[in-house]
Amino acid sequence: MNRIDKLFREKKEHILSVYFTAGFPDIVATAGIVKSLSEAGADMVEIGMPFSDPMADGPVIQKSNETALRNGMNIKKLFVQLQEIRNEVDIPIILMGYLNPVMQFGFENFCMKCSETGIDGVILPDLPPQVYIEEFQGMFDRYGIYNILLISPQSDEKRIHEIDYISRGFIYMVSSSGVTGAKGSCSQDQIAYFDRVRKIKLKNPCLIGFGISGHDSFAEACKYSSGGIIGSAFVNLLREKGYSADVINQFVKSIRG
Amino acid sequence: MKYSVDDRGYYGEFGGAFIPEMMYPNVKELQDNYLRILNSPDFISEFHSLLKHYVGRPSPLYFAPRLSEFHNTKIYLKREDLNHTGAHKINNTVGQILIAQRLGKKRIIAVTGAGQHGVATATVCALMGLKCVVYMGETDIARQEPNVLRMKMLGADVVPVVSGNRTLKDATNESIRDWISNPSDTHYIIGSAVGPHPYPDLVTRLQSVISEEMRYQLLEQTGKSDPDYIVACVGGGSNAIGSFYHYLNNENVKLVGVEAAGKGISTGETAATLVTGRPGIIHGSRTILMQDEDGQITEPYSISAGLDYPGIGPAHSFLHKTGRVIYGNVTDDEALEAAFLLTRLEGIVPALESAHALAWLGKTRFRTGDVVVVTVSGRGDKDMSAYIKYMNTRDSEENSYGSK
Ligand SMILES: Cc1ncc(COP(=O)(O)O)c(C=O)c1O
Repeated sequence: MNRIDKLFREKKEHILSVYFTAGFPDIVATAGIVKSLSEAGADMVEIGMPFSDPMADGPVIQKSNETALRNGMNIKKLFVQLQEIRNEVDIPIILMGYLNPVMQFGFENFCMKCSETGIDGVILPDLPPQVYIEEFQGMFDRYGIYNILLISPQSDEKRIHEIDYISRGFIYMVSSSGVTGAKGSCSQDQIAYFDRVRKIKLKNPCLIGFGISGHDSFAEACKYSSGGIIGSAFVNLLREKGYSADVINQFVKSIRG
Repeated sequence: MKYSVDDRGYYGEFGGAFIPEMMYPNVKELQDNYLRILNSPDFISEFHSLLKHYVGRPSPLYFAPRLSEFHNTKIYLKREDLNHTGAHKINNTVGQILIAQRLGKKRIIAVTGAGQHGVATATVCALMGLKCVVYMGETDIARQEPNVLRMKMLGADVVPVVSGNRTLKDATNESIRDWISNPSDTHYIIGSAVGPHPYPDLVTRLQSVISEEMRYQLLEQTGKSDPDYIVACVGGGSNAIGSFYHYLNNENVKLVGVEAAGKGISTGETAATLVTGRPGIIHGSRTILMQDEDGQITEPYSISAGLDYPGIGPAHSFLHKTGRVIYGNVTDDEALEAAFLLTRLEGIVPALESAHALAWLGKTRFRTGDVVVVTVSGRGDKDMSAYIKYMNTRDSEENSYGSK
C-alpha cells in the first residue's frame, strides 16, 4: 500500500507535513533532515527539487532554491542521496518541484526512480490536471506514484470535484490567494473558504498548506482539515539554526505543542 | 488555418497553459472570453478608433531607396517606430486594456525588460485611468533609466525585482506571483506572444494589424500584395508574428525571424533560443527555451534588452519545426552596424531590436527585383547610449588605422 494511504488510514487529524529544499543549506543535508523530521514525529516530508524559476514560491523558498542550485543539487543527485532512505525512514516522502526539470530528466525515468527509491508522491504545481490526465496519469499509476493536486480559494465547487476525482492520497489545499511564505493567523475569508471546502463531500482528505508558520496556525489548519504543511518557516529555521537533530526535534515539538 | 492555435491552445506540440491552480481562474476567464470580446462590434470599433487616432495607424510602409540600392533589391520598411510611444508594443496594450475593462478589471500588471512594453502599458493605463504596476529587474532599471522615468511620469508604480539575476525572467516570475496573489481585480498584460494560452494567440491577433496593413500598402505601392520576403526580429516574437500573420498560409512569401546571437551562438552569451535551446516549459508555455542539462532556465544575453528572453513564443517554435518560417540570428556587432547603416542611408534611427532584422539583409543574397519588407519594430531613442558608445569606439579604431 502507498504510504500516503496508510498514513491517512491510521491518522485522521493533526497530520504534520514538513517541506524543505533538497541541497539546502548544504549539499549533504538532505537525507539527514528527512531522518530527523521522521524521528521528531513529522508524519510526512516534502522534498523540494530546486528550480531556477519557482513561480509559485515566496522569497524564502526562492532563496533556498537558489542556494541549493549553487550547491550543485539536481534530480539525479537527489535520487542518489535518497537511495538508502527506506532503510531508516518509514513515513511518506513526496517530491515537490516544477515541471521543466522533471521533463528534462524524463518522466518515465523519474517515475521509475521514485518507485525504486520509495517515493510515494509528487507535487508539480505547474502540471495542470488536464495535462496530467491526458499524458501522465497512466505512467504514474503504473509506478504507484501519487500526483498530489492543489486547490485554491479561487477553485469553485465543480473544479474541486474534478480535482478530487483524479486525486489520490490527499488534496493540497492552498490556504490563501498567494505564494508560499509564512504568514500570521487566518482571515475571515480563509475560514469561509475552509468551511466551504469542508462542506463538500470529498473522497480524499485535505491538508492545508502555504502560510502555516507555527503552533497556532497549524492548530487552526487542523480545525478545518486533516492537518497542515509547513514550508517557509522550516526553511528559515534551517538557514538560521542549521539542521542538527536537536534543532529539528525542537521545531517539530513546538509546532505540535 | 494550419498555423493557428488549436482549440486546446496548442500549436502542434507547443503552447498550452502550464500554470499553477492558483492562476487557473484568471487564465480560464481570459480563455473563455477573449475571442468573444475581440469579435464584438464595440471592441472592434473602439480598438480601431484608438489605433487610428491615438497610436497613429496605419504605420507607413516606406520604400527605402538608398538601403535598397545598397542591398541591390527593393526594401520596404514597415514603420512601427512611428507609433505613439515608439514601438509596436502599443498595438497590443491598447487591445488588452480594452479587454481588461470589459472583464471589469481595475488594476493592471506588466513586466518589462527594455521598458518599451512598460511604457506602452503605463500609457494605456493613464489613458483609461487604471492602476498600473510594472515589474522590472533591478539590473534593467539601472540600464534603462529614461523609460523608467517615463513610466513613473505616466503614473505607474515601477517595482524593482531583486530575486534571481534581477532581469526580465525574474521580473516575469514576480508578476506571476502578483497575479496569483491578486486573483480577482487584476489583469496581467503580457507584452509578447508568450505565456500560457490564450496569451500567444491574443497578442498575435492584436499585432496582426501589422500584416493586415502591409497587404494593402504593398498592393497600392507595388501592385501586388505579396512580397518575396518579410523580415522581423524575434524576442518573444510579437512583432514578428504580427508581421507574418496574414501571410502564413501563403507559401510564396518567405518569412524570416531574426534572433539575437549576442556575442555569438557558441559563446554562451547569446539569446538565440532556437539555436541553443530545446523543448521545455517556461512561464506557462511548452516551447523551446534555453536551459542547462538539468532543465534549469539559463540567463540569455544580448546587447538589446528587448531580445534577451530565454524562451520564444510557442507559435514560433512550431513555425520553426514545420519550416514555414526561416530563423536566422545576428550578433551585437552586426546589429549595431546595421543600425548605423540605416541611419546614415535613410535618416532613420532604429531600435537595437529592429536593427537585428535589418542586419539579416546583409547576410542574404537577394535577386534584384525581390520585394523585401522589414519591420522596424521600434525607434532608437532608448538605445542612444549604446549607439554613442559604439560610435566612439569605432571612431577611435578608425583613427588608429589612420595613423598607421
Ligand atoms: C522595439 C522592440 N522590438 C522588438 C522587441 C521584441 O519583442 P517581440 O519579439 O515580442 O516583438 C521589443 C521588446 O521589448 C522592442 O522593444
